[in-house]
Amino acid sequence: MQTFAELIERLDVSRGTHAKVSTLVEFFNQCPPHDAAWALQVLLGGSRRRLITGRRLRQICLEHSPLPDWLFDDCYSHVGDSAETIALLWQQVSAGGDDRWDNASTAEPLSSQPLHYWMEVLLPQAASAPDPEQQAAAVRRLWQGLSAQQLLVANKLLTGGLRIGVAKGLVVKALAQLSGVEDAVLQHRLMGGFSPTAQAWETLLAPTDALAAVPSRPYPFFLASPLELNAGTAEGAPLSGPTEHWLIEWKWDGIRGQLIRRQGQSFLWSRGEELLNDAFPELIDAATTLDDGTVLDGEVIVWHPGSARPASFAELQRRLGRKSTGRKLLAECPAAFVAYDLLEWEGDDWRPRPLSQRRTALETLIQQLPVATQTPAAGLLRLSEQLTLAHWEELEPLRQQATDTGAEGLMLKAMGSPYLAGRKRGHWWKHKRDPYSLDAVLLYAQAGSGRRANLFTDYTFGLWDGSGQLVSFAKAYSGLDDGEITALDRWIRSHTTERFGPVRAVEPLQVFELAFEGIQRSTRHKSGIAVRFPRISRWRRDKPAAEADSLTSALALLGPIA
Amino acid sequence: MLPTDALLQLTPQGLYCEAAGAWIDPWRPVPRALITHAHADHARPGCGEYWATASSEGILRKRLGAGIKLIPVDYGALHRIGEARVSFHSAGHVLGSAQIRLEAGGESWLVSGDYKRDADPSCAPFEPVQADVFITEATFGWPIYRWRPGIAVAREIVQWWQNAPERASILFCYAFGKAQRVLAELACLGISDEILLHGAVEALMAPYREAGVQLPPTRAVSSLERKADLSGRLVLAPPAAHRSVWMKRFKTPQTAFVSGWMAVRGARRRRGYERGFVLSDHADWDGLLSSVRESGARQVYVTHGNSDGLARYLHEVEGIAAEPLGGAFAAERGDNEAAANNDAPDGA
Repeated sequence: MQTFAELIERLDVSRGTHAKVSTLVEFFNQCPPHDAAWALQVLLGGSRRRLITGRRLRQICLEHSPLPDWLFDDCYSHVGDSAETIALLWQQVSAGGDDRWDNASTAEPLSSQPLHYWMEVLLPQAASAPDPEQQAAAVRRLWQGLSAQQLLVANKLLTGGLRIGVAKGLVVKALAQLSGVEDAVLQHRLMGGFSPTAQAWETLLAPTDALAAVPSRPYPFFLASPLELNAGTAEGAPLSGPTEHWLIEWKWDGIRGQLIRRQGQSFLWSRGEELLNDAFPELIDAATTLDDGTVLDGEVIVWHPGSARPASFAELQRRLGRKSTGRKLLAECPAAFVAYDLLEWEGDDWRPRPLSQRRTALETLIQQLPVATQTPAAGLLRLSEQLTLAHWEELEPLRQQATDTGAEGLMLKAMGSPYLAGRKRGHWWKHKRDPYSLDAVLLYAQAGSGRRANLFTDYTFGLWDGSGQLVSFAKAYSGLDDGEITALDRWIRSHTTERFGPVRAVEPLQVFELAFEGIQRSTRHKSGIAVRFPRISRWRRDKPAAEADSLTSALALLGPIA
Repeated sequence: MLPTDALLQLTPQGLYCEAAGAWIDPWRPVPRALITHAHADHARPGCGEYWATASSEGILRKRLGAGIKLIPVDYGALHRIGEARVSFHSAGHVLGSAQIRLEAGGESWLVSGDYKRDADPSCAPFEPVQADVFITEATFGWPIYRWRPGIAVAREIVQWWQNAPERASILFCYAFGKAQRVLAELACLGISDEILLHGAVEALMAPYREAGVQLPPTRAVSSLERKADLSGRLVLAPPAAHRSVWMKRFKTPQTAFVSGWMAVRGARRRRGYERGFVLSDHADWDGLLSSVRESGARQVYVTHGNSDGLARYLHEVEGIAAEPLGGAFAAERGDNEAAANNDAPDGA
């Protein structure tokens, strides 16, 4: 556990891909397989199970200490991370050095125990102690003698929230260096979950694949890059060659899914590698009509039978994260799978073939499905519509139709492209419609967390109502650069009118242009509207607050479809 | 707020003692200033006369001008200024730093300035002083802050530096106070290698050497040839030099920042240094509490940092009458990135 805590610290402070990858390689090189397997599991975010709540940890930390709860909150808003706050405070609380606790400070620190023992025995045991007193004692025993960094990692593992600044791609790169197995192969082997055992670790890095036989295993998703037309002719970007070299489709606002039919079983995976079988039973049913050895890539979306356009994302959200789905919900928010690619057919991996071949095969496959699953307007499994352009000048007008079609924009995929793993530029492009935008007034600010701890970076914005009052309507956290954040932070501190715990009300003077993807009526918001993905696009220092937008102008964006 | 008949009053120029006809660390020019220490947010130019410790004289003259009218005083010596009896007591913050005790009309006040309780080979140790009223700083007034001994941090620094013989190691630290403390701690570890300094640090070395502080040999980076090989060298520089043109002459340096703020991961990650070493010249939580207790004060006022939180804790948990002191003290020094990143304001 000691070496793992060191790894986390080194990853935290190392800059750049190269440094992070070599830090990982160095760690894995000297790590026994069982611990390496657990380290990988944690790094990939595969062990996010919360064993104990942050609130309970905090209670255990403050028990018998003179520190009041409000002071914890004060520290938390200064640190921006609950597990870290507890780690730092525990050093203070335990430093009394007396025997307030049952475990005398002479006990050997557990940091020398291997990571797998922590993950499989120590942490679960402490969390599941039979009564609160024993639990507190067990947690304090874990904490005994740990360094600040080890405490932080232990608390993160207990509360299931260890997020480290290392992308999955970097971890895979390190594993590739370590084993000599190709990136894409490793990515595939890691799909659909990894079990942290020594054997799984060795199988993962083995030169030959022993995993292909697992029927549920999805392929790594191929991701598109945003098309920036002003950026000139990016390499491999469309708009140069003939339009027929590109497959053009609507980009739907659903969730990316991979539908698998193998060995008489069906699986629906999200891009986040969550199994969606329980949330979308009707799609799993529909998948039974596919032949064994078929894998489709497509969009999971709510689409009412007979409707020309899909339902809002809010309806899809009602279907997500469920263990079971009732008949009422199935009727109210019926799902569909819009297929746009064929990854496996008749048990063969079709990913290396050009998209044109995959598309033709996909069309054939969908046409052969029983009528009940494939009727174009009402089908559960349907083909993504291919849009055609006579020439590239028609692209922009088509994109402008996205909003009316209920789409987020367009997808442009090179007909000759193989199906790659991850985000590889040059083959697939997403061309979104322009975001909505409103000028709003900054009303409240709150300190951020993590890297932005103790800086006011979480903002609430308001619009004018009919009676000359500002009504809060959206929160935004991103879009300003570091210089602007610092300047605004300073401004907020000197223009605070009121404090509500960690939140500060500021003088309503600063105007920001907010961009967002969607807008809906909402009864849960005071303003009566809810927006999707709001972010700051510009700080309008030139604009007086009185000239910011009103709720009326926001409602106008709802348009006819509201 | 201070009672209207109190010995000290808060005026637009800063804390004022009418009995002494003097301001303590005034923010604007005044006829008579009593200076706790030579950091830029405590010692400002333009005053008629300065009262300060003899050991801070060199640095004050360097920063405020050689020709300022300065009355040097020794630690512990009692002076009559106007109607007040005034004495300066070591604060352990930086070379020459003092707490200032004022007494008149049967009432005594102690103004801490900035202080720390940890051992520091580059300056005199903190002296506990008693008074009826104590004005304390609270720059690090959160219980998450708990310092390790400077010598332990210095060992980490040496390890970091000596593990990278192929790169230059640039250690960023406040030019006055922190840099010399790090050097003095290195000397305690027996380091006798020549340490390279940024000009801003180099400029403040003479007063320390004159005060007899044991330091390793140092040299200004600028005095080396342009093409000199700097791999394996330790270089001390102020934070303002980070990512400036000055850094261009180092090919692929490793960088670290020495500051109390480095105790928090978010602050470490935000600043973009590869490494953070936790070493502060301010009191940590325990240091603040013990200093308040040892002062024996019946009333405490708190400035800087978490003044609200520390005052509330003293009041609610320790049962000591305490409140935050407003005015320009409320500007939250150290609580924000801008202040902590600029050199000198607080030597955090």
